[in-house]
This record gives sequence, structure tokens and C-alpha cells, in this order.
Amino acid sequence: MRGGGGDRLHRHAAAAMAAPALAGLALFVALPFVAAVVLSFTDQRLGSPLASRFVGWEQYRRLLADPLFRRAIANNLSFAAVVVPVQTGAALGLALLLNRRLAGRAIFRALFFLPVVFPMALVAVVWVVIYAPGPSGPMNALLAAATGGAWSPRDFLHDPAWAMPALILLSIWQGVGFQMVVLLAGLQAIPAELYEAAVVDGASPWGRFLHVTLPGLRSPLIFVAVVTAILAFRLFDQVRIMTRGGPNGATTTVIFEAVAAAFDRQEVARGAAITVIFFLLVVAITAAQRRLLRPRGVAR
Amino acid sequence: MAWVAACGLALVYVAPVAMMVAGSLKPDARVLAEAGSWRAISLAGASLANYRDAFIRVDLGRSLLNSLVITTSVVILGLGVNSLAGYAFARMTWRGRGWLFAAVTALMVLPFEAIAVPLFYGVSLLGWRDSYSVQILPFVANAFSIYLFYTFFLGLPRELEEAARVDGAGPWRTFVEVVAPNARPCFATVAILTFLTQWGSYLWPLMVTGGPRVRPLPVAIAAFYTLPPRAWGDILAFGVVMAAPVVLLFLLFQRAFVRGVATTGVKG
Repeated sequence: MRGGGGDRLHRHAAAAMAAPALAGLALFVALPFVAAVVLSFTDQRLGSPLASRFVGWEQYRRLLADPLFRRAIANNLSFAAVVVPVQTGAALGLALLLNRRLAGRAIFRALFFLPVVFPMALVAVVWVVIYAPGPSGPMNALLAAATGGAWSPRDFLHDPAWAMPALILLSIWQGVGFQMVVLLAGLQAIPAELYEAAVVDGASPWGRFLHVTLPGLRSPLIFVAVVTAILAFRLFDQVRIMTRGGPNGATTTVIFEAVAAAFDRQEVARGAAITVIFFLLVVAITAAQRRLLRPRGVAR
Repeated sequence: MAWVAACGLALVYVAPVAMMVAGSLKPDARVLAEAGSWRAISLAGASLANYRDAFIRVDLGRSLLNSLVITTSVVILGLGVNSLAGYAFARMTWRGRGWLFAAVTALMVLPFEAIAVPLFYGVSLLGWRDSYSVQILPFVANAFSIYLFYTFFLGLPRELEEAARVDGAGPWRTFVEVVAPNARPCFATVAILTFLTQWGSYLWPLMVTGGPRVRPLPVAIAAFYTLPPRAWGDILAFGVVMAAPVVLLFLLFQRAFVRGVATTGVKG
């Protein structure tokens, strides 16, 4: 029915449909990414009258020797090391809690999920109030009440020992609802017969959790852990707004350092080198997810 | 037992939000002074004065307008451009489709942070900063949205399109009149994800906006909160206005929100 002319028309239409999106991706994603790699081997600055020079691996060498940048990587790693297991575990707890018959379950679910839709800039500003120094600060007051007055108030966001834990807590509060809904969907996908069979076999509630629930949640658990790990390396908004990387580099992060270099100090080449390192970290995490999901995931 | 635990946890979620709303209604000095006690959420002496101040002192209205213009533009343009591309990849045969699709899926792993610096450098060289378009155009085409549309269109029954073709409809008419109306859930998911990402976007507008003229809400609240003297009542009023649209949309389309975020996890 369709002749050669119709086919050509069809192909032209297809190209025209895909063209705007592909042009946008090429111009605003692919090209900048290539530019990041190229820039990272130069000494380019923004608004500098000097021509940029090719400097080889110099930016990377300087970065890896810079104590502040090493601190940033260490901070991202320790943030991820706490947030990934704690937030995934808390989300699993919430999902299990909401996966049973519970009066007002829909309201609880909406409530735990709500901060996920809030802009992080807003959450950060509200939590500055919560972490306010002095005895009238909500977090200080809460800890004082919990310890029977033994707690001496502190300035969480300016305390080298407390600034990072403070950021971690608010990040978990904001993000846990996301993992919760993913795991809740995963729980509801586990066939009820598996639980019935486990009951027939005389499995305890704990045994059912270990041998039915956890294996059934394998894929969603790996998914949320990986997404959370990547988010941990993208950490920026809270840091920029609440602590500016301080005190003394205690909360600086890879992306914070990239913005500080490229935007605050106009050192575009250094910023580009940082984003290339960031990209390699993200690729490593994604590759780890693929490996984790492959071997036993197929058999099931 | 479980119910008591859920209520306790609910308190952890309600308290900061309640404090924000109550704080936005009381005089600036009382916000911090009362934040550590139950009076943090008391509404005694409530007034809307802070809201008036926020609109006057930092031009909240301007930032609200900027956020609305930027976000709706990215959502609407993105839905059009990415759904068409998803359709072309899912249902049409054309040269280069295979490797181009592989390239699009490869770009999905690239977080925006990985390209922010060179993009910033490029738009600075072009003198393109401080505009709406620099906050809209780079975010219209989105590899992940294309992928979501692609998988959805693959799952639609082909009979619909074949019937349209027998009736003499070309590819464009088929898409507009037959395919798109049957893909409403996917359009909703993509719209919500795009909306959330753009409404909360901070890193890019921080780098490319210099003053209040085209500055969106997240950058404006961050700037407002560092502006001395820190008027906490005004800042929290600003926050309530900023949260209101997302909360309203969330309450209206809760199911689509949860499904959208759960299937993806792009929100950052």
C-alpha cells in the first residue's frame, strides 16, 4: 500500500520529529561534556586576557595534591557511607510500616513523601532555624529535653564536628520518602503465596523477612542504594546555603569545589577537571549497580 | 503499636513544616526566640505582615513570576520535543536510529553537575547570562524524558496507529490525534518530574543570574536569607509561598507524583 514516496515521507517525518531533541542534547549536553574534558587539560580562566595554554595533566595533579579537594572527596565518601545504609534502612522500615493495615496509611505515606517535593533550598533555610545556636534552637532544645538538661547547646553548623552530621540528618529527612515509595512498590510486588508457603513451612516473622522479603526486594534495594549514592556525590545545595563548605572544609564537597573554582574564582579549567573526576565517580557507581544486578538477578 | 510509631514519625515530618508556617505569621524576633518550645507552632498574634514585607523587601513577586515562567516553559517545550523524539525512536524507521538511541541512553547517566562548568563557560563567552532563555533552552531536550516516552510508546498497541494510517493519516496526525491522547499517564509523569527538577533548581540559576531580574525562587530565598538583618518571619513567609505551588500540585496529583518519582529517581 505504501509506495517508495510514502516511505521517504515517513522517514523525513521521523527525522523531523527527533531533530529538535537531538539538537538540544548535542548542543547542551554532549558538547559541554566534551568541552569539560578539553578544558580540563588547559589553564583557561573566565575573562582572562591571556590565551589559554595546554597544560596536560597539570590540573589533575594539582587537584589530587590539594588537601581541600581531597577533603571534599573524603566528605562525599563519608556522607555516602552514612546516608546510603541509614537512609535505605530507614526507608525499608517506613515501607514495612506502611505495608500493613494501618489507620490513616495514605496520610502517613503522603506526609513522609512530602519533603521530597520541596526545593532543597527551602529545606536548607528552614533547617538553619532548626539548628539555631543557643538553648532556644529547636534541635538544641530537643536534645536538652532528651538528656534531662545535660546537653550543652552548640552551634551545629559552625562546629567542625557537628556540621557534617547536621547536613546528613536533614538530607535523610528530605530524601527518605523517595526510597520509601520505591520499596513500598517493591513490597507490593512480592507474591502473597511466597509468604503463605513460608508460613506453612513454619517460618517465624523474622525468617519470613530474611527469606522472602529481603530476596524479593533485591532489585529495588540495589536501585535505591545506587540512586542515593549518586545523589550523595551530587551534594551541593545544602552545603552552599548552610555552611559554605565550612567550618574549615568540614562540609566541602566535590561539586561545591567545582562551583567555587569555576564560578567564584573564575578558574574554569580547574572546575572542568573537578567535574570530569565527578563524572568518573558516577560512572563507577553505575557500573557497580550493573554488576550487582546481573548475576543472580537473571536466575530469579 | 505500629500506629504509635507512625504517629511519632509523622511528628518529625509535621514539626518543621508547622514551624515554618507558624513562623511566617509572627514577628521576626519571636521566630527564633520561640522556636525551641511548643510556642514555635503557636498562632497567637498571627498576622500576614511578613508576607507583605517579603513581597516588598525582596520582590518575592518577581521571583515567583520568574520561577513560573521558566518552569512552565521547560515543562511545555520539553513535553513536545521529547515525546516526539520518543515516538520517532519507538515506532518509526529511519537511518541512524539505532546508534542515536544508544547515544541518548548513554547521556542518561550524565548528571547535570558534570556539564555545569563548561556550559557556564560557554554561556558566559556568548554573553547569554541573566536571561530567561539561558535557564530554559538547555533543559528542554532531556535524555531521560525521551527514554520514558520511548518505553511507554513501545507498550501501546500498534492497532491504534494502523487504523489511523488506513484512514489516511500521516505520521504527524497519527501522533497528535491517536498516540498522544493515549499516552496521558506518561505525559503526566514527565511533566511532574520536569516541574519538580526545575522548580527546585539552584545550581544553574545561581551561576547564571546576577540580580533579581530573572532570578528564580531558590536562588532568591538563599540570597534573602543572607541579607542582613535576618528577618526570619519574612524568610519563612517567602518559604511558604515557594512551597505552596508544589504542595498544592502534590495534593491534587499525589498518585502521579509518587509513581513518577518512584519509577525514576532523577529528582535531586
